[in-house]
Amino acid sequence: MARAVTTRRKTINTVAAWAIGLLIFFPILWTILTSFKTEAQAINDPPLFLFFDWTLENYAVVQERSDYMRFLWNSVIIAGGSTVLGLIVAVPAAWSMAFVPSKRTKDILMWMLSTKMLPAVGVLYPIYLLFIEMGLLDTRIGLTIVLMLINLPIIVWMLYTYFKEIPGEILEAARMDGATLKEEILYILTPMAIPGIASTLLLNVILAWNEAFWTLNLTAAKAAPLTAFIASYSSPEGLFYAKLSAASTMAIAPILILGWFSQKQLVRGLTFGAVK
Amino acid sequence: MGQITLNQITKSFGDVQVIPPLDLRIDDGEFVVFVGPSGCGKSTLLRLIAGLEDITSGEINIDGKDATEVPPAKRGLAMVFQSYALYPHMSVRKNIAFPLRMAGLDKAEQDNKVEAAAKVLNLTDYLERRPGQLSGGQRQRVAIGRAIVREPAAFLFDEPLSNLDAALRVNMRLEISELHQTLETTMIYVTHDQVEAMTMADKIVVLQAGIIEQVGSPLELYHTPRNRFVAGFIGSPKMNFMMGAFSAEYDAATIGIRPEHISVSHTEGKWSGKVGVSEHLGSDTFLYVDVDGLEDPVTVRSTGEVAFRHGDAVHLTPDPEKIHRFDNQGLRMA
Amino acid sequence: MATQHSRSAARIMMAPAVILLLGWMLIPLTMTLVFSFKRYLPLRGGDLGWVGFENYVRFVSSSAFWPSVQTTLIIVGGVLVITIIFGILLSILLDQPMWGQGVVRILVIAPFFVMPTVSALVWKNMFMDPVNGLFAHLWKAFGAQPIEWLSDASLFSIILIVSWQWLPFATLILLTAIQSLDSEQLEAAEMDGAPPLSRFAYITLPHLSRAITIVLLIQTIFLLAIFAEIFVTTSGAFGTRTLTYLIYQRVLESQNVGLGSAGGVYAIILANIVAIFLMRIVGKNLDT
Repeated sequence: MARAVTTRRKTINTVAAWAIGLLIFFPILWTILTSFKTEAQAINDPPLFLFFDWTLENYAVVQERSDYMRFLWNSVIIAGGSTVLGLIVAVPAAWSMAFVPSKRTKDILMWMLSTKMLPAVGVLYPIYLLFIEMGLLDTRIGLTIVLMLINLPIIVWMLYTYFKEIPGEILEAARMDGATLKEEILYILTPMAIPGIASTLLLNVILAWNEAFWTLNLTAAKAAPLTAFIASYSSPEGLFYAKLSAASTMAIAPILILGWFSQKQLVRGLTFGAVK
Repeated sequence: MGQITLNQITKSFGDVQVIPPLDLRIDDGEFVVFVGPSGCGKSTLLRLIAGLEDITSGEINIDGKDATEVPPAKRGLAMVFQSYALYPHMSVRKNIAFPLRMAGLDKAEQDNKVEAAAKVLNLTDYLERRPGQLSGGQRQRVAIGRAIVREPAAFLFDEPLSNLDAALRVNMRLEISELHQTLETTMIYVTHDQVEAMTMADKIVVLQAGIIEQVGSPLELYHTPRNRFVAGFIGSPKMNFMMGAFSAEYDAATIGIRPEHISVSHTEGKWSGKVGVSEHLGSDTFLYVDVDGLEDPVTVRSTGEVAFRHGDAVHLTPDPEKIHRFDNQGLRMA
Repeated sequence: MATQHSRSAARIMMAPAVILLLGWMLIPLTMTLVFSFKRYLPLRGGDLGWVGFENYVRFVSSSAFWPSVQTTLIIVGGVLVITIIFGILLSILLDQPMWGQGVVRILVIAPFFVMPTVSALVWKNMFMDPVNGLFAHLWKAFGAQPIEWLSDASLFSIILIVSWQWLPFATLILLTAIQSLDSEQLEAAEMDGAPPLSRFAYITLPHLSRAITIVLLIQTIFLLAIFAEIFVTTSGAFGTRTLTYLIYQRVLESQNVGLGSAGGVYAIILANIVAIFLMRIVGKNLDT
């Protein structure tokens, strides 16, 4: 049972939490604010917080000069594509492990998890070499495949934990009712698992969008997503704070919004179901 | 038609044999109840008949045809699950229509059959609701509706009432019995509750550790239990068992006497003891009597009016006609 | 349990995922292992034959190795300590009744969704820049000499950036764990006369121990592999070269693949040691 809390205590909690929350959020807020300043105002001494001439100019310049849309499009294709591909491979696998478990199911799940822990740098050169050999270097398809593979264990695990919560009797009922395996998955399992599949999708789009090892090392100009685009600001253009901020804001905005929707699922996905 | 024969079937999970070779014949139109303590294999047996589990060896015949290798949907059986297993994302109408849709019936025909089933089960007003918006009893009826529309050769019920509260359970028990009388279809019903078994069954199959202990009508089981296990399992309150000097008198290793076959008196009787606990139910009184020379108290069922109190000295007399004698293997002696 | 039919269907449906991951793991791993026993310089002669364990010995005995191990440990350790301590405090605070809890939660977890290159660049330029950074302004406001963060306090700076990114993760998981604590337990302890601090020490903290372990292990695995933050800020200069970054430099910058691969094998072994502990915990959870 909840207990009545004194207003005084609640006020203290609120002030403290908001202060810390704003402090943690401040770098993002500052970036967003700066993106609306002119370059001169961005490095003004003392710094300007809210009272400056708001302008959208930086956004226009970033788009015009750097072809921002192309990087954005690459990010969308790679993050979306790898997630959809991953789901196509993972849904049947997770179904098998959740509803037809065998003695080896647990071992397979653990093994899949272990591949996620393989340090990327340990296989950097082989992948780099294979990419050159197969003509995949700096292609969206190549990156999509790699991101699908590195996130596949998380997708399988998340789906597995969601599927486990669907009572097996319901699937058996469908089988008794004459549904074939395909119909069982299509008409019963998938509709019931939609919330779980949606959150899996969301989390994996986020992870793929922000992935910054393979996207930096396997792309050049053509297939570079936003992570690599922003990295190109490291010098000397990074000194143009307002433009850097505009580019950054555009790169993180979509995912911030998606992320806020998926906070609950995030915990489950990132702890492989160990914390719910 | 709904005649099912199990021929020497066995089931093992890995190295563990949960059903040793077993034979059983279920006649068309019969209401058969599998009863036994939890873990006795009754649900497994039902799932073997349904086809949800493979049998390890043996043969299942449905209406004279070998169904051992036939997938669940093709056996012509319908099942009502313990959790009801309704599809939560579908309306009641779609739930009931699902097997028809899978069978490829056209929409009008589906609707007709669903409406008819809904009428029988008093679900007409709820057809557009989701299972989540229904009460336990209504969900149960939807599950039954989904089974009825298929017009199966036999219905399989897997502890269908165990998730309902006591009052509702009695109601549903009656409804299922009525349904059986109306449809005259074979029903196989699994429960751990011997009251359900006694009240509903034409034929009871008592199982323990995968072995059939006895098959018979409720009254056969009540009057002539084949062994101590069946004697103790069927009947409520449980039969009293006595050994030692008590049974030697009757030339048996153990004797059993049901609580309702013992008379109790303040003044005279065969066995004497003291009243421990007495439970007054209104219609009946259950006395737990600590009899001299016995470790466990003897349960006695008496009329509602008798007033015995804790500590009263009483005398018990069994009805000699109703004493069950068992040999040292626990088997019934003639 | 199920029938033979569904079991064989299950095997077929599992196959694509298993085969893909098996290929993804085995092929590059085998190649790394093979390269690590070779003298292999793609730009200077290519494959120059087998050299046994020479790369392994050279990687460990190079002057860059031990400093990189030290750097790695400092960064990983520093971030873990900061995120777990502040994560516990913050999650307890966020669990208290307050106005606008949902909004505060969103503010706190936001950094986790910021892509690593953005957070590294924003911190580097807009906060830690010795001339125009906000920290410089702040220092000047108090009459102090601005600090050259990324060269003079480079490790601290990186720890700060990475902690900012991972604090939300720790907080969110610990908060979820705290919320799963049965409040009746705390009330029982209160009835038993336990003051707030004891309730925290004897009820809340033990309840959190599993979540803390999970945060610790998962973060360790990700932190051992941090790359973009260093790539963008210091490129490994000023004592910020971690083991991961050192291997990256050996492989792609100086194109000494044999040597880098030997380093990669070390990194894989290191990650596996941590992974074993994590998998034990996750695996235990599978049984229940």
